[in-house]
Amino acid sequence: MTQSFSVVGKPLPRVDSMDQTMGKTQYVDDMTLPDMLVGRHLLSIHAHARILRIDTSRAESLPGVRGVITGSDLPITYGILPISQDEHALAVDRVRYVGEPVAAVAAVDAATAEEALGLIDVEYEPLDEVVTLEQAFADDRPILHGDGLGQNVHRSAALEFGDVEEGFARADYIREDVFFFGGNTHAALETHAALASYSQTGKLTLWSSTQVPHYVHRTLEKVLELPAGRIRVVAPAIGGGFGGKTDPFSHELTAAKLSMVTGKPVKINLSREEVFYAHRGRHPVLMWIKTGFENDGTITSMRFKTFLDGGAYGSYGVASLYYTGALQPTTYRIPNYRFEGVRVFTNKPPCGPKRGHGTPQPRFGLECQLDKAADHLGIDPATIRRRNAVEPFSTTVNHLRITSCALVECIDKVVEESGFAGKHRQLPSGRGVGLAVGAYMSGAGLPIYFNDMPQSEVQVKVDRGGGVTVFSMATDIGQGSTTMLATVIAESLGLEPADMIMVTADTDLTPVDLGSYSSRVTFMAGNAAVVAGRKIRSRVVQAVADELETEPGSIVAEHGRVGVAGDPDRSVSWADGVRLAIAATGPLVESGGYTAPKLAGSFRGAGVGISPAYSYSACVVEVDCDAATGIVKVERVWLAHDIGRALNPLLTEGQVEGGVYMGLGEALYEEHAFRGSLHRGPSLLDYKIPTALDMPPVETFLIESDDPEGPFGAKEVGQGPLLPVIPAVANAIHDALGVRIDEVPITPPKIVAALREVSRGRPGRVGPVTIPDYEFTRLTRVEVPEGFVTP
Amino acid sequence: MADHILAIDVNGDRHRVLVTDQRTLLEVLREDLGLTGTKHGCDVGECGACTVLVDDKPVLSCLVIARQVDGSSVQTVEGLAHDGKPDLLQEAFAELGAAQCGYCTPGMLISARSLLDDNPDPTTEEVQAGLAGNLCRCTGYIKIFDAVRLAAARDRGL
Ligand code: FES
Ligand code: FES
Repeated sequence: MTQSFSVVGKPLPRVDSMDQTMGKTQYVDDMTLPDMLVGRHLLSIHAHARILRIDTSRAESLPGVRGVITGSDLPITYGILPISQDEHALAVDRVRYVGEPVAAVAAVDAATAEEALGLIDVEYEPLDEVVTLEQAFADDRPILHGDGLGQNVHRSAALEFGDVEEGFARADYIREDVFFFGGNTHAALETHAALASYSQTGKLTLWSSTQVPHYVHRTLEKVLELPAGRIRVVAPAIGGGFGGKTDPFSHELTAAKLSMVTGKPVKINLSREEVFYAHRGRHPVLMWIKTGFENDGTITSMRFKTFLDGGAYGSYGVASLYYTGALQPTTYRIPNYRFEGVRVFTNKPPCGPKRGHGTPQPRFGLECQLDKAADHLGIDPATIRRRNAVEPFSTTVNHLRITSCALVECIDKVVEESGFAGKHRQLPSGRGVGLAVGAYMSGAGLPIYFNDMPQSEVQVKVDRGGGVTVFSMATDIGQGSTTMLATVIAESLGLEPADMIMVTADTDLTPVDLGSYSSRVTFMAGNAAVVAGRKIRSRVVQAVADELETEPGSIVAEHGRVGVAGDPDRSVSWADGVRLAIAATGPLVESGGYTAPKLAGSFRGAGVGISPAYSYSACVVEVDCDAATGIVKVERVWLAHDIGRALNPLLTEGQVEGGVYMGLGEALYEEHAFRGSLHRGPSLLDYKIPTALDMPPVETFLIESDDPEGPFGAKEVGQGPLLPVIPAVANAIHDALGVRIDEVPITPPKIVAALREVSRGRPGRVGPVTIPDYEFTRLTRVEVPEGFVTP
Repeated sequence: MADHILAIDVNGDRHRVLVTDQRTLLEVLREDLGLTGTKHGCDVGECGACTVLVDDKPVLSCLVIARQVDGSSVQTVEGLAHDGKPDLLQEAFAELGAAQCGYCTPGMLISARSLLDDNPDPTTEEVQAGLAGNLCRCTGYIKIFDAVRLAAARDRGL
């Protein structure tokens, strides 16, 4: 069945694109308020220490300083997850990483604030540091969150679905591999900023570059002990997020508190160095995978162990941990599956969610291992993936509901377009191709804090001139959510997206949307918008039908007119239709909500990984490697993405290209690396993100599987396309040089080292060999879901 | 710390600004003149977001001490339009989705303008080289390359 659309599916520009290119878009740091102060944080110089004393008196007496606060001014703990309320806005009694905020100053200008920081005296008593996994598992190191000595395990998980031993028993071939995925960070180009203004009437407004105004709102309420109704959080334009602006952050709380203390607006803009410490980026993950195969490549059983270095605080860590085990079965029919994982605390900046949240690391290991198995079994990489591919409308062994799924079509598309079959194992030495796939959620199935309210609400108000205003708390972090909402509403009303008036991300004005994370906005806010748009449309259609003395079923709203289909003489302008509707039935204001279906199984950890729909991607990467230097040049990338439906192919393609870009950076260059507990280079000079010179051509193929529950059939695109890129690069390098770098990033020295091994007659592999001898939490055995079909 | 009176021309308007020795051109533009179109992602010369033209040459305004450009003329993203009509680059960037979050866009546009002024018909490789100092974290640069080439083609009347 083909549906016809008026604006859905058109490659239209972002609704705010001309403002962006004219330099008119306002980000937080572009804002100033009268009598505004500048805030700055004093950072810890120790990775682990007790704070014995803080003396702020010298700073306070510096002319121009208006306020100084320390941990005791904000004693209430918080954290994004209700189960991890372990952060203070400013360290209380103890610091746990270099760069942790210890005190905050507000002064008349930046220079005075900086000077004041130098006048704050902090006396520390250094403690033993916990930096590595081994140290975290040792029992003679200080416990980061607690007293005394002992292990620093944040959370451990162990789940088994089916019977892995039975699965291994019937395997023809079993292999075990160990992989390491280095940590990396978002590095959005805009550094985090917050501007707080506390009014004489006791109302606090915070403008912040946040992806989650609703969660920041809740955090301010808790920590500042203000009623929620007296707090307004606004996210103006945001200069990139990628998950890096998805936690409540210290500076949001300190700016607010300093404004309350001084009675003046306070703005804090983190420096680039501070952003590296605020972090919340990709967890470094060590992993062990054991998989059983039949001779034809069919997977019979899989065990997955992950070890996450979480840094100093909880953040999203419990979710991140479960995510390292959750989505493997969404691409492959794994009949028996055991996941064991552990997240530890270390004295480093906290890790959290970055594009793909907890899933790129296991995806890297899984896709590399599949290639190795295919190699051994004499099967080509595409065939082994097709053979194990999940079916649309099926259930995975770990109780995830799969709806639309064009995984096989994605594989076929990139294999064909890249000429993979003619290139794999056939290009001259130094050149190679690699294939990998991935899947991602279109929104986490559950909100972060337990509640039964809608995850997205959208309101639409139409004025008497026909102007349509759309209200939504969804935050546009560059992914185009505002344009997506405008498109959905415009489609419903027969108007143009550019005509919609968009009011977004403001807790005073807009109804709740949980925020831009977990690739949830198109699916959830989009569906809420569909509902709101339909209600407006049906009221206008009814009023026009009455006016024209006909049935609503014969009325269409398109191209700015409402009337009898195919009869331009019997139609009215949109604005006239609106006036008829208001006259007939009152104010033209409607709302829509979206609540995900109940999908969670009843076992612990079942809340992570569920989603109303999954996107699928497949990727082929072609590389040209220099065996002498180990330098990898990516020649071209082919990426097919099952988007359900591309509401806007231009923006969708942009998300694919951006995901490929970020994946290439993670695969080849980027590492949030530490020397002991000290960041190796908290700057964009040392932390290498790809430049214009590093970017290869990307061929994007959008596959439309028309999801039954997505808005107009759409699914996510913001995160999924990154996933297959990283293992596809690793597999391509293997095809080019015959070496296996089982460790990300794949830097030139690692390639050279692997080639040196080969020249010495040893296996050309660089990567971890063993995993810590750690006893995971007690295994929970979960029945395979009803309707699960063993392949 | 001595104060100086800086005389500069910004986007065709003459300004006199009192500056200290350390004040950067970026600070003068954003804070003294309120021209916040120019962005900053690092303040130490690593990201290119603060790129502006000084006497038609692209510079990183975060690294330029304001006093050094006394008497110069500066062009920022706010001055790219001609008689209220957007520059071809501004239109092409908008049209082709070359701005996602938009934070790199002003600096990118300035570098691209400078590139096209020197080379009206750049190849993609030349565009890549011309924009190598401007980081973008969102787009993967591809639509930016396309937009620059589209603007160049339109500029040449194609
Ligand atoms: S602000 Fe990054 S180069 Fe100037
Ligand atoms: S569009 Fe976001 S940094 Fe370039």
